[in-house]
This record gives sequence, structure tokens and C-alpha cells, in this order.
Amino acid sequence: MHDVYIYDHVRTPRGRGRPDGSLHEIPAVELVTQLLEAVRYRSGLDTALLDDVVIGCAQPVGEQGGVLARAAVLNAGYSDTVAGQQVHRFCGSGLEAVNNIAGQVASGMAMAGIGGGVESMSRTIMGYDSGAWVADPRVALNNYYVPQGIGADLIATLEGYSRTDVDAYAAESQRRAAQAWDEDRFARSIVPVRDVIGEVVLDNDEFRRPGTTVESLGALKPAFSGMAGMGFGRVVRERYPQVEEIDHVHTGGNSSGIVDGSGVVLLGNAEFGKAAGLKPRARMRSWASTGSEQTIMLTAPVAVAHKALKNAGMTKGEIDLWELNEAFASVVLRFMNHMEVDHDLINVNGGAIAMGHPLGATGAMILGTVLDELERRGLSTAMTLLCVGNGMGTAAIIERV
Amino acid sequence: MRHIAIETGADGVAVLTLNNSDESMNVVSDDWLGEMDAAIAQLRDDAAVTGVVITSGKKAFMAGADLKQMVDASARLTKREAYDFSQQATAMHRALETMGKPVACAMNGLALGGGFELALACHYRVLADDPRAVVGLPEVNVGLLPGSGGTQRLARMIGVEAALDLLLTGRSLSPADALKAKVVDELAPADCVVAAARAWLATSPDAVRKWDVKGYAAPEQRMMIIPEVAMGFSVAVAKVADKAGYNLPAAPAILSAVFEGIQLPFDKALSVESKYFAKLLTDPVARNIIRTTFISKQAAEKGARRPAGVPKATFTKVGVLGAGMMGAGIALVAAQAGIDVVLIDRDTATASKGKGYSEKVLGKLVARGTMAGDKVDEILARITPTADFALLEGCQMVIEAVFEDVAIKAETTRKAEAVLPADAIFATNTSTLPITQLAEASAHPGQFIGTHFFSPVDRMGLVEIIMGKKTAPETLAKAMDFVAQVRKTPIVVNDSRGFYTSRVFRMMIFEGVAMLEDGVEPARIENAAKSAGFPVGPLALLDEVTMELPVKILEDAAGEQGNTYTIEKGMSVLKRMIALGRGSRKAGGGFYDYPAGAPKHLWKGLAEEFPNARQQPPHEDLKSRFLYAQANETANCMAEGVIETAEDGDLGAIYGWGFPAWTGGTLSFIDTIGIAGFVREADRLAQLYGARFAPSAWLRERATKSAGFYPSPKL
Repeated sequence: MHDVYIYDHVRTPRGRGRPDGSLHEIPAVELVTQLLEAVRYRSGLDTALLDDVVIGCAQPVGEQGGVLARAAVLNAGYSDTVAGQQVHRFCGSGLEAVNNIAGQVASGMAMAGIGGGVESMSRTIMGYDSGAWVADPRVALNNYYVPQGIGADLIATLEGYSRTDVDAYAAESQRRAAQAWDEDRFARSIVPVRDVIGEVVLDNDEFRRPGTTVESLGALKPAFSGMAGMGFGRVVRERYPQVEEIDHVHTGGNSSGIVDGSGVVLLGNAEFGKAAGLKPRARMRSWASTGSEQTIMLTAPVAVAHKALKNAGMTKGEIDLWELNEAFASVVLRFMNHMEVDHDLINVNGGAIAMGHPLGATGAMILGTVLDELERRGLSTAMTLLCVGNGMGTAAIIERV
Repeated sequence: MRHIAIETGADGVAVLTLNNSDESMNVVSDDWLGEMDAAIAQLRDDAAVTGVVITSGKKAFMAGADLKQMVDASARLTKREAYDFSQQATAMHRALETMGKPVACAMNGLALGGGFELALACHYRVLADDPRAVVGLPEVNVGLLPGSGGTQRLARMIGVEAALDLLLTGRSLSPADALKAKVVDELAPADCVVAAARAWLATSPDAVRKWDVKGYAAPEQRMMIIPEVAMGFSVAVAKVADKAGYNLPAAPAILSAVFEGIQLPFDKALSVESKYFAKLLTDPVARNIIRTTFISKQAAEKGARRPAGVPKATFTKVGVLGAGMMGAGIALVAAQAGIDVVLIDRDTATASKGKGYSEKVLGKLVARGTMAGDKVDEILARITPTADFALLEGCQMVIEAVFEDVAIKAETTRKAEAVLPADAIFATNTSTLPITQLAEASAHPGQFIGTHFFSPVDRMGLVEIIMGKKTAPETLAKAMDFVAQVRKTPIVVNDSRGFYTSRVFRMMIFEGVAMLEDGVEPARIENAAKSAGFPVGPLALLDEVTMELPVKILEDAAGEQGNTYTIEKGMSVLKRMIALGRGSRKAGGGFYDYPAGAPKHLWKGLAEEFPNARQQPPHEDLKSRFLYAQANETANCMAEGVIETAEDGDLGAIYGWGFPAWTGGTLSFIDTIGIAGFVREADRLAQLYGARFAPSAWLRERATKSAGFYPSPKL
């Protein structure tokens, strides 16, 4: 096994994932292209040193399909020897892409590459790639499929999280994100997105609502109660017979925001660093993916955290900071309870509830965010993890060098 | 040919008339399929024939398959053979629509199942404009799917969404609705459907279906890349799960046949449809549903259990004693059947209140437009509310439905018999009191019988007829004639506390309280019952029937010799709830709270009263406990001679207390598991949860001989 190092990370700011969002006019491939250009520019990189670019995406169809990574490689003017690959692990795609490059480098079959993710949610439709798990009756019935928002509400129901609990978490995410932006904590990684004539269209995470309070969140309507009425409630009770009624606590305000964005991570072995004249920022200690019960869908972070720790030969106490994607407030609350992780050590700069969750991009973005934070705080280790559709989880542990 | 006739006119139009020689209805059978194959070949090859009309020589156009044959085929055929069986019929329909000559279907009457599948395979459909001429594909309700291309043609003709609505509900359409839904092309008076079909043929129509035109693609064919269509299917799956649960395979199979079929070329799609049909046909669920809810039910209604040699009685005047909920309902169904009813209660006002129930129910029918006002007046005029027993003079039968108390019933019996003709029969409507004991008050115990109607009488189809020790066969025959006249389904049982249905139903509600006593979380109890296929959980049921009722029956029965109406576990729960003043919904709340204007929910105090066990039993065990407790008690009833036939046991289970239809009934459930496997699992449950699950020596003996309750099909 070769050691795998992180040499750089950049991300776009996140634009509201709607037609009035600042990134709506920018195609997904362009978001990745601008980041690849930034990586090359920041490091003065000879792109011929790279073996592969892997881009994760949760809706890899239409303009996000057809191995977007290879199109972006060529579009960014990288050496045509750099291959491209698309990976799809739902919301874990961006981190899985990083892990994929790490695996190639660790095995010695590649020297360096870029892993990342992209999602232009304003330009695609959530569920665009549908798939057998939700639509094929034979599969959906056997899978006990329910939409993941119901899974999030089910977590709250089983764990006893009230509406106030989840709203309080959401308000804190907003507060932390506001503070992080006020103190320019993301500055090292943010690459403003430019339009056709080279003007900046977005330089900050515009989805945020600073000043959000538990009270203001309390006015929002539950987002997933209607779906339970469509018959999904019955499916849940087949799997979770202890539940009489699902408590629908999640709203648009305590769930991750719909946004556009991209993030990439430059990885390589030590030899690559020497050849490129780059200093590694961190080492990939371990990475992992796993599955868990699929109807509740969003509880795998606990299991994948243990798996990543085991792969690294580490214990929980050796992790300085945690970054768990805020898909829904209950996901993080449950993780903190079951892993006994202090709220002060997790998602310290806010998360997707405040800044948005560009599905396939998020994993690569938050890996970089927590790396920046380790450096800012002078800490050493961090775990990044995400809950993933259809009952999966993906994680990676990094350690500064 | 015995079932079809062909007549070709000088105009080149051949009229193929369906006219089954053996049955009053045209049905799908092997013989008929063979004749159709031959006829299609003949029509195709006869150059003089330019077009075809298919019509019927019967009142109805055509019904579906012979269900007896389906039950037989279910157990006899391998999946592959069932597929071949389906493909044979499919091929006939396909040959019809591809023979190159236009075929018009002239439906002079109703066309259901196989009959409508034939119509769908024609190029044009004319339907009689007669409210009785309904069309539809009801197969889902017998655990099957509409074969012979039914699922595929309908989905391509009217679109996936509209087709699934019809296929998954199995509902039939009136002619006007059928035209609106575009499943037929034209309506015409019944005697003009052939002329209308001929008129269409005279327009030199195309004989090619749209799916046989090169380049055809169903709009939904690319569904998996149309997010809205794909999402629509995910919702359809959840709806099926919600409605059918996970025990009924027909609806999911229909969904899959359409989902997969619409993406395939037509002939491939037909093949996939046949494969799903084969899966369903060879699944015991279809057999269970058809056997109990069609074959056994019809046989019971035709008098399977009626003693032979007794002349048929026709009732013109009966007395109903007690104008409470049961008496009022019995008076209604009797009056609807054309019988004059003397409805007696303690005073005329109370009796009139009972008649008021009929006014209410019939009034609703008028409001809905399903019954004419003068018809209602005619029915109501037959009911005479009174307090005067003397009016019972001339009644051929009395149904007593007074308060469930031996003394009150005895007094009523004596008062009635004082006036009744000597040959009148006396039926007591009781749900639990032993008939033999009640008959002691009668001067003619041979003419005394139990008729246990279910509530609400006008909606519940079952009547449990109970033979007392001295009840004469003639009395049974007459009582069955009455039940037939009021159009109910009879089962015949022998006397015992709770008879059959109440005795076994108690296992349902008592299992619920036993679980609560065991510390099972209440939601798990209710959800397990629903998951097993019961319409309502036991705790919700107890809130409705009141907890006082079973406690009273238990206490009444307690002193009796050989008492079988007992509770093994859970009495403390019932008593505690009653002590808390939470004995029923009527009391303001029981196991559930009933907030005004909001759905009921389990009472939060349950956790404190009956603390949850730390270790909860597996969901599958809870489901099994409901099914096995009732099935085992039914077997006990048979061992003791309380029920005599498996059909009675299963009809009582399905229609008496809502035992899940997928099982076909309690004894059919044992057969479905396999009697040896049932005994093994019952032993395991007995060890874990109590003696009530332990199979009797009688059942063990049957198990060693592999003697199930229904005959194995001849292989």
C-alpha cells in the first residue's frame, strides 16, 4: 500500500438550486472545468502527471451524463492522457470519487488524480435517473422503498427528536455558517464562478439565511407528511411495526438545501508531490462505504464511521473534528447520540442545512472544508462522512502531515 | 362446434356467435379455446369472409374463466405448465387480432374477465347501452391477473395510469363510463349491437392494431427516463402495499406486468404477462381466495349443508323480537326479501325506533339514486312495529334478538310460542349463549335453532346457524331457506359456548391483550395484526366491541361444565382497563384516545399501565400468534364437532370476523402452511407464548397422516 496524500482542494460557492439561483446559467461540466483550471493554476500543475479524474454525480444523466469527468478534463485543457470516470453513490458520490482516486494511488496503479463531484440541481430534476429501486415494482416492493425524507422523519420518531430539537440543530447550523463566512474560514478553497464573459456570477454560499431562529423555523410546514399518506406510511410500518404514526418534523428549514455546486480534491503519492513540486496537506488514513437498513435509509453513518476507524486502526477519541453531511437534522442528531460525539466537534462551520447540499458534489466539498478547519485550528485528524441513498454510508479519515 | 356458431352472409361478414352448450353463461374453457382456434383459422382462410362480428347467443356477452378449473389448475400445474396454459389462450387472442381481417365485438351484455379480454383483442368494440352490460377485468380480486393480453392491450389502449386504475381495483364500468374511458368504441341498444358492428365493418376499416404498426412505441415505453412516470410507479407501488399489504401477490404482479410489458415489443410483453399469470396461478393465495370466496360461498348459498328431502319453505310472514340494532337489521333484510315482518319490542315507540333503522338505510339508497322512493315505501310497509305479541299470529318463523340474557330470552320465547302456529320455527339470534340451554324454555325444542347474524346485518353477509341438541333437521332446512331468502351465506355449526365464530374470534382479541400483558409495545400489536392481513388490530376492535362484553361472556361461561370459552392470558389487562374507566370507545376512550376532529391514537398511558418489555418479540412471531391462535382454535372446533366441514370453518373465518382473505380461512391457512409444518410452528409458539397454541391430539394425528382439510388435487 502506498500512502495517499491530499495536495489541494477547491470548491465553487453554492448557488440556490432554482432558476433564480446565480449558478443556474452555468452547466455542470463548466463548474468542474473552472475548478480543474483553478487546481492547475494554483499549483502550476503539469496535468500530464495525473492518471485519472473521477467526478461523482447523483443524477448522471442528460448534461451531467456521458462521463462528465472526461469532458471536463478536455474542456479544461488538461493533457489528453488524463482519463475520466463517473461514479454514482447517490449523495456519497463526491467522497466516493475521492476514495476511488485514493484506491488507485494506494494500490500503486496510479500516481495521482483528482476526485470530486458536481451537481447542478437547478438544471436537473431530483430523481432524474429514477432507477429500479424506486420505480420497478418488483424491486421497490422488495426494497421497502420510501422517499428518504420519510426516513429522516422516521429517525426522529424512533429517537424521540421533537420539532424543536431538529429546528434547534438547524438554527445552530445557520449560526455557524454565518460565523464561518464572516470570518472568511472558507477563503482558501472557494473559487468564484465566472460566466461566459469572465465576470464573477457567485462568490459565496448564497443559500444561507443568517439570523434564522428556532422560532422562525417553527413556522414552516412539514415537508414529507403528504408522501406518508400515499401509502409509504404502510411500507414503513411493515419494517418498523413499533411505529404507530410517523412524526413529520422535517421541513425545508431543517433539511439540506437544494443548490448547485462542485468540489474537487487533488490526490497523489509522495513521488507525485516531488515531481509536481507540491507539499502534501494531509494523508488519507482510511476510507470506507457500507450499507444498513434501507427503509430508514439514513442511519449508515454510525456503521461506516466504525468501519473507517477500524480500517485506519484508530479509535473514536483520535478524531479531532467530524464532518457529517447535514442531509437532515435528525441524521446528525442520531449520529451524535449513537457515536457520543460532542456537538462542538462536528460540523463546526455549519453544513448543508445552512449552505445547501449539491448531492454528488457535497462529499468532496466537506472533505476540503474540514481540512481547512484542521489547519485553522492546528488540529490533526478528521472524519468526513455522508448518509447515502438506499441505506448506504461513505466515509474517509484524513490526517494532516 | 358446441360453443360457437359461424354464419357468413353474402356481404362477406361472418357472425361468430358464442353460445355455450353446457352452461347458462359463456365461459373460457379448453373446449371453447379449441373451437375458437379452429374458427379463426377458418375465417382467416375463407376468401369469402371480409370481416367478422363476434357476439353472444346468451343474455350476457361472456364471463371469465371457470373458477373451479382455476383451483384445480393451481395445485396441479407447474409454473411452466401454467405459463403454457396461459400462452395457449393468449395465442388464440393474438391470432384473432392478426388474422388480417377486421373483427368487431358486439357485446350484447356484460363482458367480464376473459369475456372482456376477448373484446379487447378485437379491432372494434360495440357495447349494449344497458346498465346491466358492465365491462371490466376483476381478476385482481381473485388473486389473478387479466391474462390473454388483458394487461397489455388495456395499457396500450388507454395509457398506463388509466389502465392500472382498472386493473388494480378490478372494478367494472357501466356502458357510459366504458365509453368515456375509451375501453369501448360505441354504445348501441342491445338488439342493435350487431348492426352497429356491421356498420363499422362497412367502412372498410384497418385490421391492424396500433401496436402492430412498424415503429410503434407506447408513450410510456421510455418511462424510466421520464422522472414523472418513474416516480408515478414508485407511488403506485406504495399504494398497492397500502391496500393489499404484502400478503396478496396479484396487485404487485399486475403492476410488474404493465411496468415491464410496456417497455417490450407486444409479443414479448404477452409472454411476460403469461409468466406473471403462471406465478399467480400456482401461488396458493389465488387458490385460497377462489376456493373460499367463490366456490365454497356459492355452494353454501345453494344449500350445500341443507338436509335433503325437506320441501323448500318460502317465508311470507316472520316475527322479529327485539328492535335493537340486530333486530332492526334483521327486520330490514327480511322486508327487503319481500317478507312481512312483525317487529316487537317492549313498547311501540321502541319498536318504531327499530323500524327507523330501515328508513335510514333505505333513505340513503334513494339519495344515492339506487332505489326508487315507491319501492322504499313498499318495503317499509311490510314492517309492523308493535309491543303486542298477539300480532305474531300466523308467523312461520320468529327470530328473537333480545338482550343477551338467558332469563329474558326464556321469557320472550314463552310469550311468543303462546301465539305462534305449532309448526313455526323459533330462531334465536345470539352470539354466544348455548342454544340447547335456551331451547329449554321452548315447548318445541325440535323447532328451536340459533341464527347468528352479524352486525350491521344489512352489510354483513354471513349467518352462523347453530344446531341445538334437539334441533330437528327440518328446522335446519327451514332456517336455511330463510337465510337463502334474505340472501345471506349460511354456515352450520353445533352448539357450544360462543359456537364457532365468537369462540374463535375471541382468540383474535384475547391475543391482543395477552401481548399487552407480555409487555409488547401496543403499536407492534396493532401493526402485526394489520401486517398479517387483518383489517383492524385487536386493541381497536376491543374498543369497538367494549371490553365489558368478553369479560361478561367469560364470567357467564366460567361455571359451565366443559367450558371452552376461556382466556389464557390478558384478563388482568381487560379488568384493569375497565377499572380505569377505559373499557371502550363508548366510554370515551379505551386502548385508544379519540380526540375530537383528529384521528384516534393509542392511549399514551398504556406504557405506564403495561410496561413495555425490554426485549420485544419478532414481528413475524406476533403475526403468527394471531394466525395460529385462531387456526388452532378452529381445528379444536372441528375436533370437537362444533364445525363439521372445512368450508364452514373457512367461510365463517373470512366473512364472520375478517380473517385475512389471502389465507382462504383458518383451516385453509393450515393447509397452506402444510399440516405438519403447522403443528411444528404451533408447538414452537406454545413453548414460547402459551398453551393456547398447542395442537390437539386430534390435529397431531391428522398431521402424522398428512391429512389436510381439503382434498389434494388429482395429479
